[in-house]
Amino acid sequence: MSETGRPFGASASWFLSTARERLAKLLDAGSFTEFVPPSERAQSPHLASFDLPAAFDDGMIVGCGRLDGNSVLVAAQEGQFMGGTFAEVSGAKLLGLIRAARDDEKLPRSILLLLDSGGVRLQEANAGELAVAEVMRAIVEARAAGVAVIALVGGRAGAFGGAGLIAATCSAIVISEQGRTGVTGPEVIETNKGVEEFDSRDKALVWGVTGGRTRRLIGGADAYAEDTAASFREATLALMGKARPFDLATLRAEQARLAGRVGRLGGCDRAAAMWKALGVADPRAAGDMDDPVFVALVADVKGAGDDAR
Amino acid sequence: MENLKLRFTTRGPAPGTACSAIVGVVASGNLEVLLERVLAQNECAVEITTPVRGYDEVWKAVVADFVERTSPGGMRISINDGGARPDTVALRLMQGVRTMEMDDE
Amino acid sequence: MNARSSGPSQRAWDTARQSREQRLAAAARYARDKLVFHEDVTKLLEALVRSGDRVCLEGDNQKQADFLAARLAEVDPVVVKDLHIVQSGVVLAEHLDLFEAGIAKRLDFSYSGPQGAAIARALKASKIELGAVHTYLELFSRYFVDLTPHVALTVARCADREGNLYMGPNTEDSPVVIEATAFKQGIVIAQVNELVDKVPRVDVPGDRVDFVVVAPSNFYVEPLFTRDPAQITETQILTAMLAIKGIYEPYGVKRLNHGIGFNTAAIELILPTYAERLGLKGRIATHFALNPHPTLIPAIESGWVEQVYSFGSEVGMDDYMRARPDIFFTGRDGSMASNRMYCQSAGLYATDLFIGSTLQIDLAGNSSTFTKDRIAGFGGAPNMGSDPRGRRHASDAWLKAGREAAGEPTRLPRGRKLVVQIVETFGEKLSPTFVEGLDSIELAKSLDLALPPVMIYGDDVSHIVTEEGIANLLLCRTPAEREQAIRGVAGYTDVGRARDARAVEELRARKVIQRPEDLGINPLDANRSLLAARSVKELLRWSGNLYDPPRKFRNW
Repeated sequence: MSETGRPFGASASWFLSTARERLAKLLDAGSFTEFVPPSERAQSPHLASFDLPAAFDDGMIVGCGRLDGNSVLVAAQEGQFMGGTFAEVSGAKLLGLIRAARDDEKLPRSILLLLDSGGVRLQEANAGELAVAEVMRAIVEARAAGVAVIALVGGRAGAFGGAGLIAATCSAIVISEQGRTGVTGPEVIETNKGVEEFDSRDKALVWGVTGGRTRRLIGGADAYAEDTAASFREATLALMGKARPFDLATLRAEQARLAGRVGRLGGCDRAAAMWKALGVADPRAAGDMDDPVFVALVADVKGAGDDAR
Repeated sequence: MENLKLRFTTRGPAPGTACSAIVGVVASGNLEVLLERVLAQNECAVEITTPVRGYDEVWKAVVADFVERTSPGGMRISINDGGARPDTVALRLMQGVRTMEMDDE
Repeated sequence: MNARSSGPSQRAWDTARQSREQRLAAAARYARDKLVFHEDVTKLLEALVRSGDRVCLEGDNQKQADFLAARLAEVDPVVVKDLHIVQSGVVLAEHLDLFEAGIAKRLDFSYSGPQGAAIARALKASKIELGAVHTYLELFSRYFVDLTPHVALTVARCADREGNLYMGPNTEDSPVVIEATAFKQGIVIAQVNELVDKVPRVDVPGDRVDFVVVAPSNFYVEPLFTRDPAQITETQILTAMLAIKGIYEPYGVKRLNHGIGFNTAAIELILPTYAERLGLKGRIATHFALNPHPTLIPAIESGWVEQVYSFGSEVGMDDYMRARPDIFFTGRDGSMASNRMYCQSAGLYATDLFIGSTLQIDLAGNSSTFTKDRIAGFGGAPNMGSDPRGRRHASDAWLKAGREAAGEPTRLPRGRKLVVQIVETFGEKLSPTFVEGLDSIELAKSLDLALPPVMIYGDDVSHIVTEEGIANLLLCRTPAEREQAIRGVAGYTDVGRARDARAVEELRARKVIQRPEDLGINPLDANRSLLAARSVKELLRWSGNLYDPPRKFRNW
């Protein structure tokens, strides 16, 4: 019967895969070495007091491996465990990885962050908030030290809250159609502003605002991947080695770009309006079209490609 | 949290040479199973941590059937449970043993 | 006995017509010909509806006359009270508001879905006098016998000034409701999305329709039959493989109905993969009595399905069905046509297999979706999930099931319908599917119901499929065997663990119970890569972008 079941392969959905499955297929086969693996049982010391189960890796897998022969450091969040949240242990694992790259130039000069996170873990909020702030600082310092930090966004939890901030701090972002990123998550907006303002169960609305195609079109992400490990691998490889020097000129250019975007799109109240303003004639069809057709369309959209980071 | 520790004597060692494997994730209705080849060849220890109370007998039955079926000698098996159903537990245990059959790279 | 002399009675024979004419006269001031402004509908209803009337406020498990429901809930309960609601679906909050306000008192229905808990509460608080929970066919049948509506509030996509109604793919219950009402001197009011000069097709002729109101917003339709493939689990895929290999293949099941649920969605999605590799294309699953399930698209596109007749439509499937008239029933206008009563009859008499899920199964195989605090209703499952004793045409599947049930050759061969329950041994929140006694029996006691609600009676069930295997109840010769066959697939539930292991092994030797390995299925092969589509977006792709998924399923 095994001939009827395709094994999990590079064509399996990134969105639906676990963090470990993503790593296994993103990196060169067998090249991954995990730091602080599950057998060390570095799990949350706090969750038990909330009667919640812990995970042996606290939902954060860190290590090193190779991407088409290039050495890289990697971190992958497990979005299914506690929403991929930043907490004491998961935060420390990520922070340690980035600081190591910052401080030791013999380590790989590229870090891949496979983000899949709703933000800070409420049960460990102080440690989580602290971790997010420290990670952002560490990323900035690592970039200044010449390390490229690339975020890969395409998991079920998206990259919201602290993960959204961290993604924005990276050298570059790869996103898929299913990927979502933003600071305030849909449920939080609904809770604070009411369902009339934002219906978090209206998936078309949620993805229209935060999803991969909108992010790519408006220049909020630098590369677009299909929902497979193979495509994320290809898109990441294309970005590697292209990070600009992290200096004042780059920051000024980024500021100018963002101001320009607000000028062009700030008056839009819907995603479709932004797409129209960017010259997409039929936003609905563009939402449904195949990935390669969409990629071709992005190439013609002004503003999608003018990333300044 | 409930903590359950079970020990078995098996017919023989689990096949394969992998030192450790992890399958599944801790999520609602799911679980993670960590397998480590660290015990004597005819011993198997299973430790379960779960937030769901009152299912000790079910866990014992599921794990006993699994041990009977696969003879996972040498394995220390640790489970973080997110409230998985018994069929999911059985499936993950089988997946874990299959992963351990692969050679370490 | 000195009876009256023969000859025509002097009584009035047209009181219903007179009543109708009085009502129409009272309502005339709120209408211009048949047209009513939406602002006037509450007043119109107060003029037309009389206390104690039987009212069908059309709403089923799919489309809803939601605007009319809200207006009826606004009438003055002093003017209109104690209505007897006779409708298939009690689905909207407004339906319950009628009882809370005293506008309605008595209820006969089929399906409640999201309002199941609210109905149970209202019953316990004596806000509702419950007649019965019906199957669709029996409620529709009673419309013509003793539950004929005085007033029917229906819903259509558009109407013309004569009152001709176009319902398109969402025709559903309307023809039967309207025929029963209109031809027994009742009153029919239709809520429509728009008024047109000419309807695309006449689903209900205008002379059966008294009033038409253009509602301020389009009527609601629940995408009840859409299952996101991304949510299908490995265990559900395993049960789907078991059903195909252990039932569809050996019986050669070609004509069938699938319930709603992820297990049956998994079956639909592995026809083009797993079943294709088994070489079953054209030999199974060719003719469906089935709503247009989006998860059936890959099987249709790969040439598995010859035709599908539907109870109702499904949100987003209109353009796809219009483009596949060889598969679906479509009108001269091109749009799909549905009819719940016809399709229920088709599912009852013209299919060889029903397969569906349930919440609880007892030791005799009786099943129920009612729990201690939810009156879920039946819908159509008991119609299709029963052996029709009136069937008189043969098929291979039907005869094989009949032979198995008879045990030995008989001079009077008779067939059996395959009625399959496909479940996982545990449901949500670790609640066991297999139980010693159904919750619905407790519920019936606490509410003093004459008939404990049973979805499918055990003696109609032919097979139970779980992740542990298949129990073939046709082959059981005694109640004790039947019990052990059920325990033998009940997994680690209390019922399953209390099995007589030796008896179960004996049943397995006789193939009364078949394990995955007995069918050549390795549970570890049951993975999501078997699904022909693994997301809603992939269903859209399979359809050539003709399928237009509802917004709540569009995660892109």
